[in-house]
Amino acid sequence: MDTVACIKRVPDTGAKLTLTDDEQEIDTSHLGFTISPHEECAVEEAIQVADDHDGTATVMSLGSVDADEQLRTGLAMTADEATLLETDGEEWRPRETAAALADALSADSGTDPEFDLLLFGNESADVANHQVGVRVAERLDMPFVAGVSDLTIEDGIAVAERDVTGGTEVYELDLPAAVGVKEGLNQPRYASMRAKMQARKQSIGRQDPVAGEFDGGIEKVRLEAPESTEGAAEVLGEGPDAVPAVVDLLRDDLEVI
Amino acid sequence: MILSLVEHAGGRPEETSLEALTLARELATATDAALEAVAFGAESAALGEKIGDYGVETLHHVGDERLDTYAPEAWAESIAQLLDATDPEAVVAPGTDRGQEVLAHVGARRDLPMAANCLDVEAGDVYELSRQRWGGSLVEHACLDSDTKLVTVAEHEFSPETAAEPTDTSVQPFEPSLDESAFRVTVDRVEESDETGVSLGEARVVVGGGRGVGDPEDYDKLETLADSLSGTVGASRAAVNEGWRPHDDQIGQTGTKISPDLYVACGISGAVQHMVGCKGADNILAINTDPEAAIMQKADYAVVGDLHEVVPELNDALADER
Ligand SMILES: Cc1cc2nc3c(=O)[nH]c(=O)nc-3n(C[C@H](O)[C@H](O)[C@H](O)COP(=O)(O)OP(=O)(O)OC[C@H]3O[C@@H](n4cnc5c(N)ncnc54)[C@H](O)[C@@H]3O)c2cc1C
Ligand SMILES: Nc1ncnc2c1ncn2[C@@H]1O[C@H](COP(=O)(O)O)[C@@H](O)[C@H]1O
Repeated sequence: MDTVACIKRVPDTGAKLTLTDDEQEIDTSHLGFTISPHEECAVEEAIQVADDHDGTATVMSLGSVDADEQLRTGLAMTADEATLLETDGEEWRPRETAAALADALSADSGTDPEFDLLLFGNESADVANHQVGVRVAERLDMPFVAGVSDLTIEDGIAVAERDVTGGTEVYELDLPAAVGVKEGLNQPRYASMRAKMQARKQSIGRQDPVAGEFDGGIEKVRLEAPESTEGAAEVLGEGPDAVPAVVDLLRDDLEVI
Repeated sequence: MILSLVEHAGGRPEETSLEALTLARELATATDAALEAVAFGAESAALGEKIGDYGVETLHHVGDERLDTYAPEAWAESIAQLLDATDPEAVVAPGTDRGQEVLAHVGARRDLPMAANCLDVEAGDVYELSRQRWGGSLVEHACLDSDTKLVTVAEHEFSPETAAEPTDTSVQPFEPSLDESAFRVTVDRVEESDETGVSLGEARVVVGGGRGVGDPEDYDKLETLADSLSGTVGASRAAVNEGWRPHDDQIGQTGTKISPDLYVACGISGAVQHMVGCKGADNILAINTDPEAAIMQKADYAVVGDLHEVVPELNDALADER
């Protein structure tokens, strides 16, 4: 059973989000990059399902050549193959992204899809458009469920759970199927040093993404870091000596005692 | 016309749908357009009496009994057919799992763009809107250019407001043609959780523990503190990654969003992805050894110190209070 996890390279932001002067992007000059937590779980699940069912797991990303770093993380986690749909690094919009991913996923398949399970993050960490997975699934005519927190594959069926207030909804999807997953689905493995070294030597497939033409769309004008109510916290004291002040606060001001 | 998707439980509208209706009405008022709604399942007809207060003139009630069970593609196909029949200027849905997923399907089926988690929308030929990125740590200002605009509304960013003048909602059955394939994805069953106690999202007091807690046993101290304040324990992603706490306890962008009266953040540095999960907290008290930690700028109150000393001392003092 072959699986694909779609992942995106995003900045690993720290305590403060700083924007570039033109307000078009996060200033990443001092930041590392990562795969979003949801998508790390998608990669882990893709690998586990492929391992359990004698298949291959592929990681795929649309982005600049720098996204090789995240694809190699996937390979180091023991994904079998990696594909980069290489762009010039400009942010792609969701319909275009979905069209290009769907095109790449169906390109070399004949009538039968080449893979049985397609995994997305529930939403991307940075733009959070909440739609690329659904749009790819619709293009490939596959069933799709978002918000998946538990997944089991049995007898050609994907049993997917989604948390709702007071419990979980259970869906049963005929394979091939697509899901948008949430962190907590599994514990993504840490890639060993050895695996990381090996992944550096593995080759990454490259394709030119085919976006297609769309009318209208959503166009970013600028980003804004919301007005924070920041100001230094009122320091109640140091160490255990501060406890009487904390108790006063909890009792008299916050009334939680 | 502006069309709004209303989710409901047994004919009672969900809070997030009322939030979406509030934004939809603002759009309708600004453009002098009618506000209409669509809802699914036999019981949705009862909504007619509830959403007139929000200015809904017409409720398109899709009563097909197959839709008493949620089926995302069938909902989307129905809305797509309703678009063909009524040609609304925009469709507004709540930014819930269902709202996002259904509207994205509609977008795919009618080749329309969609703007997710909007905070504010200004009507016009092209909509000027603001929406959440990074789980709400950043706002994007964007233009949405489309014949029919698809918009979801960020959850719990503002309170629902009723209309100045309530309307008598006319309930109109809508009968889309749905073949079996629209039902290939449905809720097969619902499993109730056997969790007892207050959930993280609803707790009035949350005691969070981060990497500074150091090991799983030391969460006992945090549990004691949470118990004496009738609250519950949460964690940072670093602590969850260490395997100290289950992911259900994680607060933040890829965890739970909390909105307690008090959040006590112990041994947590204050990364944006963590703080976006507790921006709904009325008060934040940080306990951290590092006076320079980012959380010291983001909390309302702080104790500079080792949580392993401060929390037990606080637990003793609270026991004496009783
Ligand atoms: C896309 C994305 C999504 C993410 N989503 C989330 C999310 O949902 N939730 C989340 O939490 N994180 C999330 N993260 C991770 C986030 O960026 C931080 O890495 C994480 O929040 C750090 O956790 P921490 O504060 O516990 O650890 P650290 O940053 O290591 O901070 C530990 C703190 O403990 C203090 N400390 C140490 N010892 C003691 C002591 N004895 N007493 C008191 N204080 C002490 C230190 O001074 C320090 O401030 C996400 C990251 C990305 C890239
Ligand atoms: N550029 C991309 N490359 C690969 N996968 C992507 C890309 N953009 C989005 N995705 C996938 O689609 C999911 C949903 O993205 P979004 O619609 O932006 O919230 C993400 O979690 C990824 O799994």
